[in-house]
Amino acid sequence: MSQDLHLQTLTQLAVGLGNGTFSSVDITEALLDRIESHNGALNAFITVTAEQALADAQRADAARASGNAGPLNGLPIVHKDIFCTRDVLTTCASRMLENFVSPYDATVVRRMAEAGAVMLGKSNMDEFAMGSSNETSYFGPVMNPWNLECSPGGSSGGSAAAVAARLTPAATGTDTGGSIRQPAALTGTVGLKPTYGRVSRYGMIAFASSLDQAGVITRSTTDAAMLLGVMAGFDERDSTSINQPVPDYVAGLDKSLKGLRVGIVRQHFDAGLDENCGVAVKEALALLEAQGAILTEVDLPNLELSVPTYYVVAPAECSSNLSRFDGVRFGHRAKDAEDLFDLYCRSRGEGFGAEVKRRIMTGTYVLSAGYYDAYYLKAQQVRQLIADDFRKAFADVDVIAGSTAPTPAFKLGAKTDDPITMYLSDIYTIGANLAGLPGISVPCGLVDGLPVGLHLVGAHFGEETLLNCAHQYEQATDWNDACPEGYQ
Amino acid sequence: MSGQWEVVIGLEIHAQLATKSKIFSAASTAYGAEPNTQACLVDLGYPGVLPVLNAEVVRMAAKFGLAVNATVAPRSVFARKNYFYPDLPKGYQISQYELPIVEHGELFIADADGNEKRIGITRAHLEEDAGKSIHEGLDGYSGIDLNRAGTPLLEIVSEPDLSSAREAVAYMRKIHSIVRYLGISDGNMQEGSFRCDANVSVRPVGQDELGTRAEIKNLNSFRYVEKAINFEVERQIELIEDGGQVQQETRLYDSDKDETRSMRSKEEANDYRYFPDPDLLPVEIDAAYIEAVRATLPELPDAKQQRFIDDYGIREDDAAILTTSLLLADYFEAVAGATEGKAQGVANFIIGDLSSALNRDGLDIEQSPVSAKDLALMLDRIKDNTISGKIAKEVFEAMWAGEGTADEIIEARGLKQITDSSAIEAIVDNVIEANPGQVAEYKAGKDKLIGFFVGQVMKETGGKANPGQVNAILKDKLS
Repeated sequence: MSQDLHLQTLTQLAVGLGNGTFSSVDITEALLDRIESHNGALNAFITVTAEQALADAQRADAARASGNAGPLNGLPIVHKDIFCTRDVLTTCASRMLENFVSPYDATVVRRMAEAGAVMLGKSNMDEFAMGSSNETSYFGPVMNPWNLECSPGGSSGGSAAAVAARLTPAATGTDTGGSIRQPAALTGTVGLKPTYGRVSRYGMIAFASSLDQAGVITRSTTDAAMLLGVMAGFDERDSTSINQPVPDYVAGLDKSLKGLRVGIVRQHFDAGLDENCGVAVKEALALLEAQGAILTEVDLPNLELSVPTYYVVAPAECSSNLSRFDGVRFGHRAKDAEDLFDLYCRSRGEGFGAEVKRRIMTGTYVLSAGYYDAYYLKAQQVRQLIADDFRKAFADVDVIAGSTAPTPAFKLGAKTDDPITMYLSDIYTIGANLAGLPGISVPCGLVDGLPVGLHLVGAHFGEETLLNCAHQYEQATDWNDACPEGYQ
Repeated sequence: MSGQWEVVIGLEIHAQLATKSKIFSAASTAYGAEPNTQACLVDLGYPGVLPVLNAEVVRMAAKFGLAVNATVAPRSVFARKNYFYPDLPKGYQISQYELPIVEHGELFIADADGNEKRIGITRAHLEEDAGKSIHEGLDGYSGIDLNRAGTPLLEIVSEPDLSSAREAVAYMRKIHSIVRYLGISDGNMQEGSFRCDANVSVRPVGQDELGTRAEIKNLNSFRYVEKAINFEVERQIELIEDGGQVQQETRLYDSDKDETRSMRSKEEANDYRYFPDPDLLPVEIDAAYIEAVRATLPELPDAKQQRFIDDYGIREDDAAILTTSLLLADYFEAVAGATEGKAQGVANFIIGDLSSALNRDGLDIEQSPVSAKDLALMLDRIKDNTISGKIAKEVFEAMWAGEGTADEIIEARGLKQITDSSAIEAIVDNVIEANPGQVAEYKAGKDKLIGFFVGQVMKETGGKANPGQVNAILKDKLS
């Protein structure tokens, strides 16, 4: 049996499975071993579904033997613990759902399972996806495999760390303000957030419904394209999913970048950006230019308002979305409640962590009578302006490029006392969520041994162009092959 | 009530829409199932689930809008009404707030003087019902039944155009008959499918600004609406006349004590933090859709009432009664179309004998043991003088009891009317002979005694003589 199964991408594993070089059981056993050896240090998983994974792998091998291999047959996947998985704990990294076993599968989980994927486990995350460092998890922070003292970013920090540490070639994530792309950047992985409505949200525990979108973290753009093809598509259970054909994303990767118009937002290279990150990103842009892309400056005049806008809209929606966690039907219930009010207050008081409470309170405030117009309504208007800015910009360019995050991975604990600084780590990614646009982060360098991500944003349903651009860049570099020390 | 007070009432009617499945899920809406057997994950508000709008409710709401001459909005938006309660699984109710599907409607009722009065319908919006808390029989615990959670409701809000409890009831009955004509609600008040909240205030006659209102919640019968409003009006007038002030508050009507009681004050009212539900797209309706719905509209109560007056020549108030329910109107038309008798006679019999028999046995018109066809045949026997109107009552009761058709009963009981003139003449002669005193009085000018003679003849014949013939022969012989 090959010793380096964990180093292979999904695409490489698919070839080996197809050739019969190894089986899904081989892959699954190898990766479960790695998870067992490394997860203690990383805390990337909340649940490891070893037994189920081996059974699924056996089934996948049997299916392949009988000629019934789906597009992801036998390939490993890890799901962020925000996706409901039938008969498996789905905690959202919260004490509130510490013991919650979902009675159903999220559409994303179901589609991958039907395509033959084998789930290895559920990854750690910020509680209810609220955080940018994976430090708000009830199950403790995730460590960045590039430096165990650093955060892997968040909220999909467990997924990103698991992929970076070669515990799985791919993991799902969700991105409400940058929660796939920022951790991908901080861990040297590929993180794809599709267009809002491209992938069903059914079964994905809601944080901010108008911003949430499911995506993937992988080690290559080809893998991301392959998984998107399986995840994407209309779902009658999600009214906000869009009924538009799903193209063959992999087939479009090899196009030349000649003539591709790449927009640069000047403000994204100002003082807020770490100097060394800026250098790495500018080198990446130069490379795109060398590949035939045309760089032009684009103006997004209202983009500077994206963080405050986001921190009105997202908490408003979350304050309502999280009301169902009341201790009555499922989730944490306080013991010996004196009355209904006490049951509510203590169940929620005990079940939610500080950041979740902060956002529920902010959201409740901005929706309150007398404040709604000044905050929520105003934020929705600004959101519209930001979306309009992007629409105008995409009349002249095909993708917009910049740095995914303002800095490389930061030390755990460095920002936990200062929520505003923490919120600013999503400053470059939030715009795409507010406008519902697809975005991708691909590794583009190392600064002091920590990865930096190149961020590309595409037009509405512009995933093909986005992936094509990212893939061509990836082909010309080997940043995505960089592996943190000790995880080869 | 003292004459110097004017009463102002607005109603919010909740009509449960008659869909098979819930407004945002595929669970059944059937009434009366075991608790929590008709609640799926969406109704239970499970983590990760999403609502999907049942297209049928949009069609039903549009139908209602067109029926009350309202604007059906080309774009309406679902919003979340946020509050915590155990029977509200998501912690918010999905409803329409700023942009409802129906606006600016109207209907007409008769006011106290019998004049037509326009009542404005501010809006009608779609929303989901909550579940039900059960406090009895659970050993100190409260139970929750979520079968009703997610049941589609159309909330119909009137303008404050109603000036008395009587008008409020007339308006509510009108809405009730419209939704049932449209087939969009079964209107079953015992099951809570049709209920209302009444906003009641009083002000001195001549004052422009409205008085402070109290809202009486959850009235589920026409009688309670009337009694609750009347109590509340009295309470408010008394309160003000005693120097007090009406508080803006929510009140409950206690039918056992026939009084309203304070439930919560304005200060305790929730801030519902409405905002558009990001899980649902705006409902967009184009002109073609509206026209397609319009084409499905049935004849509505007002139009049917007018047609009954014009085509059948029946009295206006009878037409109004017969058109309150579509099934009753259909029954009338079926009888009137099948009998040789006059339509007014049909109306009289249905509103009189048939309705009281239905009431007596607690039946609805569709459960009547006497079919329209059988009733028509019986009325034919009055028309062709086989039986008199009086005997008809006996025949009808026998039909009701299941003894057979009118003809079978007439035959079996020997109820056929005596129309043989010579036979009647013989009896008349006997009666005249037996009552010489009355004959003398009659001849002296006491015309009213004709009734006495008719009665005597009927008595002799067991009511079977033809009254018209008896009358004629008597008059002839006594002249």
